[in-house]
Amino acid sequence: MKDKYLQDISEIKNMMNKSSQFISLSGLSGVMAGIYALIGAHIANGLIESHQGYYITLESKTFKLIVLTAFLVLFFSIATAAILTVNKAKKEGEKIWNTTSKRMLINFLIPLITGGIFGLLLLRHAYYGLIAPVTLLFYGLACVNASKYTLRDVRYLGITIIILGLIATEFSGYALEFWALGFGVCHILYGSIMYFKYDRK
Amino acid sequence: MKSIIQNINKAFDHRIRLGIMSVLMVNDSADFSTLKELLGVTDGNLASHAKALELENYIEIQKQFIGKKPNTSYRVTKEGKKAFVSHIDALEKLIQKK
Repeated sequence: MKDKYLQDISEIKNMMNKSSQFISLSGLSGVMAGIYALIGAHIANGLIESHQGYYITLESKTFKLIVLTAFLVLFFSIATAAILTVNKAKKEGEKIWNTTSKRMLINFLIPLITGGIFGLLLLRHAYYGLIAPVTLLFYGLACVNASKYTLRDVRYLGITIIILGLIATEFSGYALEFWALGFGVCHILYGSIMYFKYDRK
Repeated sequence: MKSIIQNINKAFDHRIRLGIMSVLMVNDSADFSTLKELLGVTDGNLASHAKALELENYIEIQKQFIGKKPNTSYRVTKEGKKAFVSHIDALEKLIQKK
């Protein structure tokens, strides 16, 4: 009889989690995004060092190449995350496009798109020093917001990145370093934790 | 001991009804197809268990049209929430007791 009660409790917990959280998020995709970010930061660093002249202006080739690098990193990260997560969902028999994944995505995108637009406006008004902290801060907030509907670890990733974003605001000369630390190292770190905790089962 | 057993609710004494309640406790509402997918049950099975919970006044059924498609969604009532919480409490106490 006691076994039946135990089974009931675990069934309740299981259903509550399954219905409110998207659990198929792939940890490996975080690791890959981190690696792309580090490669991107390395390329950007090379571009800055090889730049001729003192200032990097918006019209310069260097600036355009840096922006191109950033978008390539973003594109490859999203593509990898999508592929790995779809695969994991298939393996676990979870539908990829269900209520929980939709809710997670919407709650992730609201702060993220706000931050993206804000970043572009800062760029337009020439507040270059604030762009790295702002992207970090809004990405961190997006993670915290989405974490209510997915694996808990995303919350800690978000909080870490928010803290980095605040520190980066104070040390605006090290934008690229903080960027690499936040988007590169943090992703690899938390991605591996998630990979070993959930994926390798 | 006797009083704890009394709190074990017969209405929740089935895997599917337990599942429906669990889902609705943590979601504002859930529609028929979502519940079906989560619980892995057939249409008829889900409908009859949902009906049973509705008769107890533990959940509300809302039927509406989204575009041209009929959509049935469920939400838990205040009464249902209270009953389910005391059911979980009773289960936990029984497990601890032995």
